[in-house]
Amino acid sequence: MIDLLAPKTEIPAGLHLALGAAALLSLLGLWCLLSYGGYVRPDFLATPGQVLLAGWKGVRTGTLFGHIYSSLVVILAGFALASLLAVPLGILMGSFQAVAAVLEPITGFMRYLPVSALIPLLILWIGIGIEQKIAVIFLGTFFQQLILIADVSARVSKDLIDVSYTLGASRAQVVTRVLLPACLPGVMDNLRVTMGWAWTYLVVAELVAANSGLGYMILNAMRGLFTDVILLGIFVIGLLGLLTDLLFKLLRRWLLPWSASF
Amino acid sequence: MAANDAGALAIEQVAVHFQSRAGRSVTALEDITLSIPPRQLAVIVGPSGCGKSTLLRLVAGLNRPSAGRITLDGRPIKGPGAERGMVFQSYTLFPWLTVQRNVEFGPELKGVAAAERGRRAQALLQEVGLAGFEDAYPSQLSGGMMQRVALARALANEPEILLMDEPFGALDSQTRALMQELLLGIWEHHHKTVLFITHDIDEAIFLGDVVHVMTARPGRIKATLPIDLPRPRGPELLTTPAFAALKREVMALLRAEALAAAGPA
Repeated sequence: MIDLLAPKTEIPAGLHLALGAAALLSLLGLWCLLSYGGYVRPDFLATPGQVLLAGWKGVRTGTLFGHIYSSLVVILAGFALASLLAVPLGILMGSFQAVAAVLEPITGFMRYLPVSALIPLLILWIGIGIEQKIAVIFLGTFFQQLILIADVSARVSKDLIDVSYTLGASRAQVVTRVLLPACLPGVMDNLRVTMGWAWTYLVVAELVAANSGLGYMILNAMRGLFTDVILLGIFVIGLLGLLTDLLFKLLRRWLLPWSASF
Repeated sequence: MAANDAGALAIEQVAVHFQSRAGRSVTALEDITLSIPPRQLAVIVGPSGCGKSTLLRLVAGLNRPSAGRITLDGRPIKGPGAERGMVFQSYTLFPWLTVQRNVEFGPELKGVAAAERGRRAQALLQEVGLAGFEDAYPSQLSGGMMQRVALARALANEPEILLMDEPFGALDSQTRALMQELLLGIWEHHHKTVLFITHDIDEAIFLGDVVHVMTARPGRIKATLPIDLPRPRGPELLTTPAFAALKREVMALLRAEALAAAGPA
């Protein structure tokens, strides 16, 4: 007898899968019922068939790949730039009080600002080109990454640092040979989480003066009430997000085989 | 062997004061004077919070005393150094390095050639009973195995003195007994000076040439008991009358301190 109501009790893997599939299928069923059943007007909610058709059209003409490519460039450039800065700074911030004292007031203020509030300034300062879109992704992820990675660094056990000194390590060696590798699993986990957040900023990034990208595709489709294209854009973003998440999972398993949890 | 005469530790009138968060001056250690000759296995036993770990950290060079001086073979201790190996109570293996690479960590920093440090690590892993685990990662080991690697890693630097801060405190009692015997075997083989901290009376008497009993905070040396039990020591020692007599003595000394530490009832 499987006890589904007991907290923190394992359930069989098959049941786990079945429950997830049932939830997805009922959502799909509801969508079919509402759209095919004529309960909702087609300019409010396209049918699954129409979305698939829009996807096929995008694939055949190649326009969908163009949008995906534009969005990937923006996301990856913004995310890479943010990570490149946030990882070293965060590690220093978590382990050196002086660095923390310098950065804490700025990050504390910046990380609660909605990125969209900064868009007018970004347009004034760096224009409406791709740089502005990359900057939106950068600002959306950098400060969050900084705080998360500083926390990873701060949690590295003091005993691990101390034992390194007693083994003859210098301060520089403690940083490069102990603190850095000790932070890696946490850094990878948080990069994975913030990669997901970067995707959530995509539409905001492509809000202004874009002429390609998935966010642009969605916004543009809204003007003509093309709900099939809007839904297609949403699904593609979701799938790409899922894909990058999977890539990070595999990367961690490959790069850090010694780190048990994944 | 001339090298075996190294490892004489002298702690002279050492005190540690610090400011509490409330701004009051707290004395953690007061007037500690200890002399530990080369190759002695000295144990410090005291109630929790008495500052015994602080004392060990002073010897390791991780903390500085407020007063007094500590010398190893006449040289004052100014900071941490590879000639003073330390084993912590918490598991401090580097999780990203294999067992072998963990043991090689100190020699590698010193620039010991790969072949030589490999050979040294192999020999030590053999000695702590972990031959065959060279390529395992720490996450694959039990607590007792991790502490055996930590011991091998400290010894790989060929230190003059081994500092042990309740190294078996997190282990279950059966594993702990085995680790104590293992340590004695290694000590009899390497014959290094060992300064061992514990709050476990059985452990202190079973291991020590001498047991120093500390008072509750501020920590002072309350009594020093030579342990004239025959070596090599095995588990049968624990049930002898001589052992029981020493245990009674240490218990009586510590009980007064535990009561003082617990405060008025």
